[in-house]
Amino acid sequence: MIEQLSWKVGGQQGEGIESTGEIFAIALNRMGYYLYGYRHFSSRIKGGHTNNKIRVSTNEVRSVSDDLDMLIAFDQETIDVNAHELHSGGIIIGDAKFKPVKPEGCKAELVIIPFSEIATELGTSLMKNMVAIGATSAALGVDTATYQAVVEEIFGRKGEKVVTSNMEAIQRGADAFVQSAGNSVQTLSLKKADGKNRMFMIGNDAIALGALAGGARLMAAYPITPASEIMEYLIKKLPEFGGTVIQTEDEIAAATMAIGSNYAGVRTLTASAGPGLSLMMEAIGLSGITETPLVIVDTQRGGPSTGLPTKQEQSDLLAMIYGTHGEIPKIVIAPSTVEEAFYDAIEAFNLAEEYQCPVILLSDLQLSLGKQTVEPLDYHKIKIRRGKLNDQELPEREDKAYFKRFEVTDDGVSNRVIPGTKNGVFHVTGVEHDETGKPSEVPENRKDQMEKRLRKISNLSFPVPIYKREEHEESDVLLIGFNSTRGSIEEAIPRLEEDGFKVNHAQIRLVHPFPSDELLPMLKAAKKVVVVEHNATGQLASLVKMNAGHGDKIESLLKYDGNPFLPGDIHQQCKEMLANGHI
Amino acid sequence: MATFKDFRNQVKPNWCPGCGDFSVQAAIQRAAANVGLEPDDLAVVSGIGCSGRISGYINAYGFHGIHGRSLPIAQGVKMANRDLTVIASGGDGDGFAIGMGHTIHAMRRNIDVTYIVMDNQIYGLTKGQTSPTSAEGFKTKSTPSGSIESSLSIMELALSSGCGFVAQSFSTDLKDLVAIIELGIQHKGFSLINVFSPCVTFNKVNTYDWFKQNLVSLNDIEGYDPTNRMLAMQTLMEHDGLVKGLIYHNPTRPSYQESVRGYSAEALSKQNLALPEEKFTELMAEFM
Ligand SMILES: Cc1ncc(C[n+]2csc(CCOP(=O)(O)OP(=O)(O)O)c2C)c(N)n1
Ligand code: SF4
Ligand SMILES: [Mg+2]
Repeated sequence: MIEQLSWKVGGQQGEGIESTGEIFAIALNRMGYYLYGYRHFSSRIKGGHTNNKIRVSTNEVRSVSDDLDMLIAFDQETIDVNAHELHSGGIIIGDAKFKPVKPEGCKAELVIIPFSEIATELGTSLMKNMVAIGATSAALGVDTATYQAVVEEIFGRKGEKVVTSNMEAIQRGADAFVQSAGNSVQTLSLKKADGKNRMFMIGNDAIALGALAGGARLMAAYPITPASEIMEYLIKKLPEFGGTVIQTEDEIAAATMAIGSNYAGVRTLTASAGPGLSLMMEAIGLSGITETPLVIVDTQRGGPSTGLPTKQEQSDLLAMIYGTHGEIPKIVIAPSTVEEAFYDAIEAFNLAEEYQCPVILLSDLQLSLGKQTVEPLDYHKIKIRRGKLNDQELPEREDKAYFKRFEVTDDGVSNRVIPGTKNGVFHVTGVEHDETGKPSEVPENRKDQMEKRLRKISNLSFPVPIYKREEHEESDVLLIGFNSTRGSIEEAIPRLEEDGFKVNHAQIRLVHPFPSDELLPMLKAAKKVVVVEHNATGQLASLVKMNAGHGDKIESLLKYDGNPFLPGDIHQQCKEMLANGHI
Repeated sequence: MATFKDFRNQVKPNWCPGCGDFSVQAAIQRAAANVGLEPDDLAVVSGIGCSGRISGYINAYGFHGIHGRSLPIAQGVKMANRDLTVIASGGDGDGFAIGMGHTIHAMRRNIDVTYIVMDNQIYGLTKGQTSPTSAEGFKTKSTPSGSIESSLSIMELALSSGCGFVAQSFSTDLKDLVAIIELGIQHKGFSLINVFSPCVTFNKVNTYDWFKQNLVSLNDIEGYDPTNRMLAMQTLMEHDGLVKGLIYHNPTRPSYQESVRGYSAEALSKQNLALPEEKFTELMAEFM
């Protein structure tokens, strides 16, 4: 019995690799297993190797596994590219059609099954995916009947016959596996799961659902990988709530349109990746100086320019904090799990209205697209706070005096009315202005307004600015990360502890304003600090040093080849760094 | 009932004496009163340029944004609150150079915004460089030997971009301008009103006199029919775009708001944001 399985299906892009993984994963998720799926894909639609690696476990998992138990191959390239991940005792199941061969030195078993042939016999070669699922299930000891409900949901529309033949394909795949593998292969039978109902979703689903729950009613966006799922989800759902998604001509329009509708009182978001964020920079400054709430999601991917558009990277961090010219208050939050992405999306809208400034919800490709099992979300944690928003009619104005929308206050936040409010007329401008929004270059006023705006976030309260695992009063090493590296770091920790190191962990959740006071005690209590991040220049490490000091202890563990950190990467490299006194 | 005086505020414009933009400001104020608006019902969104200052000179909700982006901001305002009347405005550089992408797509999209451009064939605020509507050969600080790029025919472009209300006017013709702006506001959908608004400081060619001599009123063209798009295009070509009046009007094309599936009839800004628990449970179940 195994508690954890790492499974991968690969082939040419456009061959249905995605749906094979999807059906397999949904069925197992419903049995109560915890799943984590990560797709390797390139930025083309047809052709090119693609694979979907799925972890199945009886415990929560949030990272790509180091190795592989089972590989389903629809072409030889899949075997050539991925076989090195298989450990001895692993299985390759290949389609007889391409006459699979094992690369030299590969210790896994190769089982050949005529996926395509069986599928064609049953009506269409498209069903080869189902045959593969059947074979997988036999190898795992999973009952084929498990798939009935999922197959009905997916193919039900196409009629009873299609459902039946797909189920038959699954059964034939299972039979074929038993027949060809017989006793030659040790089956990887999975320990039974708890049968609980949990969600199975990507980070972008959680962000989109969070936006909806957080009261967003409009979205303006321009498609880009890996952000598009957010607009695609919301365009399906927002019309039920009276709202919509507008696909704009570019990201400049997306951000400024969102500013327009936030100004007019509707929670509106936009979402993009690095290239789009670059285009939004001027608008972010406009939101800052006009004190208009704005929520922007940045799903980081490999940059610069078109960079590695379908690969993992975390290289937008400093640009998100410092981007836009001039100086404005801005809040940048970085969820490290899918659950956090949901709650943070809600919080982003609350903070944007409470502090009347731009809020960037920072994600990365692995968090945005990694598909995983998520515990049901807590409805009662959804709270909507709109800050100093006044929705009442105001008293009659004297001499057409404008409402003091930018009144200088102790906390820097001024009362806000929205257009349409009776007697609330005021002016908004990206030019420096006085309390009523009238342009002004008077030095005193400039100072007052500048300080007022910047003051707003000096006392920012954010529920959990750092996710901490602080098991040791004094640690040999403190691991620091942000966004999706959380899963791999968490898996590397027990291994490092087994090697005899005392490890603490801080995942930075509020990256700006930086929670220095929260981090300092952990830095002080650590002999060494390793900052783990997906970029080439150590941006988070710079941020930590700049804000909290302790530069002498801090070293970077970087990965920027496009692939996510595996727990083993962190374990091995950290161990080496610690062992040879590298730090 | 508000009068045009109610749309005046306490701010003194910083335009040069004689600038065409003064009349555009007055025309908007009059038109707003004439169609029965109150200052609280109107939002004026403007871009950057001398002309862009206009949002600060009208007693209404004003938003002076960034260069070239008045249209996306204005469309966002309208989508958020369909009860507001939204006017976007700015210069020829703002709308037809840096903001051209938005102009074309706003016409295609057809959100109910009235876009009033103060076209002076020059960049006023930055002190006299060439603009997309400058004539070929026009000498400016940035084109000392004369512009070698062709001048943009914005009204023809509007016709080919699906704009349902295309008009051109001249800032001194206050009465006509007021009437056209009223029609633009009443038009359900996007309307483009290009107003020749002379820059007396930097454009010594396209002066008030020059326009008086060169502009042809569509009222003087016998049989002109603004619902005939083909005729509109032909007339524009025949007169090199130098016409004034209502060029094209298609009152039947539904606006974006009328076409969006599920779009709330009540202003979205007035909505209760809470999500009922059953609904949330239903949304979660879709991922199970
Ligand atoms: C992104 C950006 N680029 C350049 C400028 C400088 N700029 C301000 S207004 C303007 C052109 C103004 O011309 P126009 O839009 O025709 O307005 P006018 O002043 O003639 O009314 C320029 C280039 C700016 N503010 N922002
Ligand atoms: S520079 Fe030209 S456009 Fe600007 S205010 Fe003066 S006259 Fe008007
Ligand atoms: Mg101009």
